Order: sequence, then C-alpha cells, then structure tokens
Amino acid sequence: MKKRRERIDRGIKARSEDVYALSSWREMLYLAGPRLLPAAAFLLLPLFLGAYWQKVMISVAVFALLAISWDMLAQTGMISLGQALFFGMGAYVSGILNFYFGMPPWIAIPIATVLGGALCTLILTPVLRLRGIYFSMVTLIIPLMLVRIIEATKIFGGTEGLSGMTPLPSTLTEIYLVTGVLLGVLFGLRRLMETDYGLVLKGIRDNDRSVTNAGIDIFWFKTQALFISSTIGAFAGALMTHVYMFVGMPVFALDYSILPMAAAVVGGSGTLAGAALGAVILVPLSEALRGIGGLRIVMYGLFLVVFTVAVPEGLFDYIQRRYHQMERWVEIDQ
Amino acid sequence: MSLPTTLRVENISKIFGRVAAVDHLSCEVRRGELVGIIGPNGSGKTTLVNLISGFVKPTSGRILYNGQDITYTAPHKIVCMGISRTFQMVRPFYHLPAYKNMIIPLYSPRVRQLAGGRYGDRNAVALDLLEEVGFERDANVAYKPAGTLPQGYLKRLELAKAIALSPELLILDELFSGMSLAEVASVVPVIEKLRLAGKTIIMIEHRLKELFRIADRIMVLNYGQKIADGASTEVMESDEVKKAYLGSEG
Repeated sequence: MKKRRERIDRGIKARSEDVYALSSWREMLYLAGPRLLPAAAFLLLPLFLGAYWQKVMISVAVFALLAISWDMLAQTGMISLGQALFFGMGAYVSGILNFYFGMPPWIAIPIATVLGGALCTLILTPVLRLRGIYFSMVTLIIPLMLVRIIEATKIFGGTEGLSGMTPLPSTLTEIYLVTGVLLGVLFGLRRLMETDYGLVLKGIRDNDRSVTNAGIDIFWFKTQALFISSTIGAFAGALMTHVYMFVGMPVFALDYSILPMAAAVVGGSGTLAGAALGAVILVPLSEALRGIGGLRIVMYGLFLVVFTVAVPEGLFDYIQRRYHQMERWVEIDQ
Repeated sequence: MSLPTTLRVENISKIFGRVAAVDHLSCEVRRGELVGIIGPNGSGKTTLVNLISGFVKPTSGRILYNGQDITYTAPHKIVCMGISRTFQMVRPFYHLPAYKNMIIPLYSPRVRQLAGGRYGDRNAVALDLLEEVGFERDANVAYKPAGTLPQGYLKRLELAKAIALSPELLILDELFSGMSLAEVASVVPVIEKLRLAGKTIIMIEHRLKELFRIADRIMVLNYGQKIADGASTEVMESDEVKKAYLGSEG
C-alpha cells in the first residue's frame, strides 16, 4: 500500500484577494493574525527588553530594511551584491548634513533618505542596462571603490570618519522610528507589488523583452524600482549614523551587502516578508554567536547551506503554506 | 493601389558576424493589407520582424512607418506608435493566471493614452480580450496559470496581448505553428475581423495553406533577400521559389 501526501486548503471562505466573506471573529482573526502578530511583537517587545537586546532589535530592523530593499530589487530582476552602497550613502549624507551643516537628526535623516537614494540611483543608472551577473558585479565593486576614494582623498574625515553626531533623544525613540518605518515599508511594498504596477516590475524580471513589447520603457521602471530600493537602504544608514553617533568607512563594509542577501534567501525572496523574517532570525543568531569569535562566520555559512538545501523556497513560503493548508497522508491503491 | 503606404523598408541589411541575415531587402506594406511572408528556415523572416519592431538595429538601410523614420527608435516607442508584434517563441509568466498576463500590455502608455487617461478595470478588459481569441469563458481557461495551458492557448494569449495594444500594424510571427487545425480555424475569424477594422497585418507562416486563404499578397524570402512578391498563386509558380523550397535539383 503506497502513501501520498495530500494537501487540503483550510475551510475559510475569505481566501481570495477580493472576496470579503468574513462571517465570524475566527475568520477575521485567521486573516488578520499573521499580519497583527509581527506588528504587535515589534511594537511591544522593546518595552520588555534590556539595553543590550534593544540595540540588537535596532540592528534587526535595520537589516530587515536592507533585506527588503534587496528583495524589492531582486523582484525587478536586479540582483544586488552591494546593499552597502545604499546603507553607506545614507549614512554619509546624514553624517555630513549633521557634522558640517549642524542639521538636527529630524531634518538630516529624511533628507539623507531621499538624497542618498537619489545619489545611489544616479550612480547605478549607467549599469541599469546590464542584465544578470554584470549588474551584480558592478554593485559589488562600487562600495569598495568608495571606501578607497575616502581613504585616498581623506574627505569627510578620511579613515577616522566623522564622530560626535547628534544622537536621537532615547533608545526607545530610535527603536520606534526604525520599526515604524520597517512595518510601513513592509506592508506598503507588499501591497505595491500586488498592484498592476508591481506586476510590471515582476514582469521585467521574468521576461523583459515581453514587457518592452508591451510598449513599456523597462529602463524607466527599473530606475523607479532602484530609487525605491535605495531610499529604503539609505534610511537605514542615515538612522545608524545617529545611533552610533559616528560615520566612517565601515558603513560600506561587505557585511551590509551579504547579510541582507542571506536574510532574504533564508526567509524566502520574492515575498518581502520573508526578507524581514530572515533578518529576525539571522541577526540575533549572529549576536548570540559573537562569543565564538571567528568561527561565527563558519556557523553562519553552515546555517545558510542547511536552509538553502532544506527549505529552498524560503521559510516564509513554507510557513505560509502550512498555515493555509493541512497536510495528511492518504493511502493510494496500486 | 491608391492606399497610403503604412510601412516602407528601404534597402535594409543586418549582418550577424559574417552572415547577412537580411541582405539589402526592400518592401512596402499598404494600409489595410494582409501580407504573408514565407521562406525556408534561416531565410531572415524573424530578423526582419525584429528589425521592424526595433529589437534589432540594422547594419544599413532604413525603415519608415507612416512616412516617419523609425530605424533607430527604441522598441517600446515603436509599440506606442502603433506597431505591435507577437513572438514565435512564447514565454508567458507561467505562474500567473492567463488573464493576469494581459495586465502588462494593458498598463502600456499607449493603451492609457487611447483610453484618455481614464482606465477602468484592467482585469475585465483582459477577460474580454481573451474571450475574443477563444478562451472559453465558461471553462474558466483564463483563470488557469499560463504554465498549465497547452501551446495553442499560449499562442492565442500572445495574440491577445498584441491586440490589447490596439495596433495599426500587427505583425504575427508564426502564430499558427503549434496550433491544431481547429484552433487555427477559430483564430482566422479573429484576424479577418481585425482586417475589417482596418488594421494592417503582416504574417510570417510556415502553414502555407491557411495563410494563402487569407493573405492579399505573399513575399518570399531566401538567404535574407526577397525572391518573390505577389499573389499566392503566381508566387508559388515562380521557379526561384520552387528552387528555394525544394532544393536546387527541384
């Protein structure tokens, strides 16, 4: 007697995107629960955490933003190996505005977000026509180049960096600012990618020739996706300048490129929520492993390999499927 | 023939490496005409379509559309000027339902402009267009993921995507290949209807019998050159065409 795994959709009426057949609290909770739970966790958790884990939480949110920004680009068919460019650009712009022009964080961060995003878009515009690996290679190189430029020309504090930035009023302000933006970006972008506009962006990834053949300028749409993505990364950088009260060459470090990508892969790319989930798992893990020093990277690599092999579609897709479907073994004849 | 010229191709060449895919070719298509282009494999038919639609830029020569030079115009702009084409190799978005595949052409600046800025429910328009090309509404074919549909449906999806752009000049690259006789029979009236609406149509085909029944004029290509141009009966009588199709001994 052979057995086969059968999947059954849970009997909730309100599964379709535009049919609202909610008839009970249970059904409403079924739909709202997965959205409310993480939001509530992000908003309530900081109140119960110690000072150290509060800092970890900021780090989680920052990497989640970078991972979402990576996933947004990936969904448009651009695989970036240089999220550090977005992060570092936002960090330096905010640092410069605060250090040289004395702008308070409340003005410097928003300006750095938009200006940083615009600068990154401008820098990457010439390579937007490149596809696949060529785009990736260029994004990998640019942050490394910028580090050398800062080192060689000694601009903006050179190797010393700029220190003594105005901090934000309190750690809780930092947390709520970054988690608020994270939740807004997460739910906002998930909705955007479901619209017809999002469909065009995803179409560019799947078959750009077919999108061009629909009379749509893919170069212009890629530029827009790049701007949205780099703006998110630049915000994360701008915020961290004021959290660390310092900005220097480390903001262009490879960590800010690799970890977001790893988070998106572990969590499942193409969903945005998966990217955030990946950051929630990887960042605290990497903090917990801090004790073992250099071996941390090894653990980290192992973790990545295990996840990619075991759950190739990513954790978020897996959880989502288990939530919406029951699985059971059924016997089949023959 | 007093009708105005829609498309004029002037002495165009495209050389890939050392091979001339299209070799000093000139032709004209008048408004409302249905022109068939035939020729053996590798005779440059698809390259010619790629040149007209701007996906490939020529080595020399020029292309005029309604008197305007579009030789070096970007492909998406050419679409917005009213030339739309289908691809021989269909590559739909496999995981999306068939009707969602229609959203991207319906999002095009051309469609929005023609609709005067007001554009209602794209999904509804998509379903109507698909029904027109033979996606049975009762069977809910349009809601099935494109990846699960047979080739014949995918070809018709490709046609619907091209029609969605309300083109003046429609270029169909081997639309009938991969379709059953019944499917071809269901698409022919769609093409006839487009002709009655005044559209100019260029069809590349290997299914000669079906093509000859609807085409006004046939052009035969071989080695990137035009070797015959005229009514289907006289074209097939030409010695040069017989030689190209049956080999030099024929």
